[in-house]
Amino acid sequence: MNIVSLFNAMPGACAQGLIWGIMAIGVYITYKILDLADLTVDGTMCTGGAVCIMLMLKGWPVWAALIIAFLVGMLAGFVTGILHTKLGIPAILAGILTQLGLYSINLRIMDSKANQAINVDKYDLLVSLRYIKNVPIYKNTILIVAIIIVVLVAVLYWFFGTELGASIRSTGANPNMSRAQGINTDFTKILGLMISNGIVALASGLYAQYQGFADINAGRGAIVIGLAAVIIGEVIFGKISLNFAFKLISVALGAIIYYLVLQIVMWLGLNSNDLKLLSAVVVAIFLAVPYMKQKYFATSTKKGGAKHA
Amino acid sequence: MLSIKGIKKTFNAGTVNEKTALNGLNLHLKEGDFVTVIGGNGAGKSTMLNAIAGTWLVDEGSILIDGVDVTKLSEHKRAKYLGRVFQDPMTGTAASMQIEENLALADRRGKKRTLKSGITAKEREYYKEQLKILDLGLENRMTAKVGLLSGGQRQALTLLMATLQKPKLLLLDEHTAALDPKTAAKVLEATDKIVAKDNLTTIMITHNMKDAIAHGNRLIMMYEGNVIYDVAGEEKQKLTVADLLKKFEEVSGSEFANDRAILT
Repeated sequence: MNIVSLFNAMPGACAQGLIWGIMAIGVYITYKILDLADLTVDGTMCTGGAVCIMLMLKGWPVWAALIIAFLVGMLAGFVTGILHTKLGIPAILAGILTQLGLYSINLRIMDSKANQAINVDKYDLLVSLRYIKNVPIYKNTILIVAIIIVVLVAVLYWFFGTELGASIRSTGANPNMSRAQGINTDFTKILGLMISNGIVALASGLYAQYQGFADINAGRGAIVIGLAAVIIGEVIFGKISLNFAFKLISVALGAIIYYLVLQIVMWLGLNSNDLKLLSAVVVAIFLAVPYMKQKYFATSTKKGGAKHA
Repeated sequence: MLSIKGIKKTFNAGTVNEKTALNGLNLHLKEGDFVTVIGGNGAGKSTMLNAIAGTWLVDEGSILIDGVDVTKLSEHKRAKYLGRVFQDPMTGTAASMQIEENLALADRRGKKRTLKSGITAKEREYYKEQLKILDLGLENRMTAKVGLLSGGQRQALTLLMATLQKPKLLLLDEHTAALDPKTAAKVLEATDKIVAKDNLTTIMITHNMKDAIAHGNRLIMMYEGNVIYDVAGEEKQKLTVADLLKKFEEVSGSEFANDRAILT
C-alpha cells in the first residue's frame, strides 16, 4: 500500500470518471427527466465502442466513427422506445429485451470476437490511457473529455429549453397533463430514449478508445454505474443550485467521484472481482436513503399545511 | 359545438367486473353553452368527459367537436380543441416545472413543438398579465416550481392553462372537489370570470347541487351512463336542491347515491 501508487492512479481514474460521466448524463435523461429506468444502456455501452473501433480499424476517421456510434446508439434507444410505447411492454422489460438482443448484434459488429483491440500508435485516437501523462496539453485525455462534456451540457441545456425539449421534460413530470396539452407522449419518450442511448454510445466509443479495445462485456452493469453517478452528484451537489446545466455537470462530477472512490478502495486492497458487488451495494444504499428518511425519520410537522389546502 | 351520438363504453367486458359506464349517451351543446353535470357515484359523469377527451376510445357512437369527428382521434390530437381541469390538483400541472414553463407548455397546445425557444420574453409578459386575473399573487412567482403551490393555486393555474389557447370546449371534472370551501368558491369565481370573458362552451361536473344550479345556463343529471334530466334557461334558474333530489328519485326510482351532493 504505497501512497505514491495511489496518486499515480488518480489521473487515470479521473479520465475514466469523466468518460463515464458522459454515459451518466445519458442515464440522467431517462432516469431523471423521463422518469424511466432504461436498461438498454448496458447494451449500448458496448455497442458504441464496437462500432467506433471497427470503423476505425477499417480506416474511418475518429470523429466520423464517433458520430456513427452515436447514431447506432440512438437506433437502439428507438427500438426500446417502440417496444415500450407502441407495443406496451413495461420500460424496464423493453430495455432488457433490447439489451439482450444487442449482445448478439455487438458480437456481429465485432466479427464474432469478444474483443477487438486498436493500437494507439497506429491509429489516431481521440483519447487513450496513454494520453494521460507526458503528452502535450491539447492531447491530454482529461482535457479533451472535459471539453466534450462542456459542449454536450451546453447543447442539452439549449435543447431542453426548446419547445420540443420542454415537452420531453413535461412527459416525465406528468404524462397525463402532457397529453391534455397536446403532447404526443409516445413520441417524446422515444425521442428521449434515443438521445439518451446516443450519448451512452458516444461515451462507449470514447471508453473503448481509452482502453485500447472494444469489449463485449464493456456494458455489463453500466446502468448501475450511471445511476451511482447521478445519485452521488445529486447528494453532494444537489443543494447548491437548481440550474439544469449545473445538474448535468454534477452528474459528471458524480462519476468522477465514483471512480476516485473505486480507486481508493482498490488501493486499500479490495479484490477487483468484488467491485461490481460494491457498486451494487453503494447504489442500493443511496437509492434507499431518501425512502428510509421519509419512512423512518419523518417529522410530523412537515405534513399537512399548504400542501393539502 | 359538441355533438355526442349514442356513445357506449363498457369496462372489463366479459369479466365479473364488467361495468357499462356509458350506455348510448346523447348530448348536444350549442356554442357558448355552460352545462353543469350532476349525478350519483358511478353515473358516468367523468367517463363522459374522458370519452370526449379521448383518454380511451368509445366502443360505439360518435363524438363531433365543432363539426370535426374526433371519435377515433388520439388524446393528444384532440387536445387542440379541448381545455381540461381535473379533480386532482396534481393531475393538471407538472409539479417539477416552473409556473411559466407550465403556461408555455399549455400555450403551445395544438401547435407543432419545434426547436424554437420554449418560452419567449414577450410570452412571459403576457403570462404575467394573465396570472394577475387570478388574483392569487402568482404573477410574482413565475419561476417558482408548481409543486410549491397549494391545491387551490394549482387548480386556478390549470384553469388558466386550459384556456390560454382558447379551447372549443372546456371540460371541468369536479375541479373544486379537492379544495376547502373557501378556496373552492374562489376557483369557481375565477371559472365564471374566464368562461364569461371568452364565452367558452363549457361542461362542468360538480358534486355540489347548489353550485350546479348557480353556475351555467344548462344543467344535466346523469344516471347509469345516460342523461336522465336536462334543463336550461329560466327553468334552471328556478331550480332548488329539493327539486333536483325529487327529480332524481322520480326518474331513477332510487335515492340519490351521493352523500356529498346533499350534505354540501
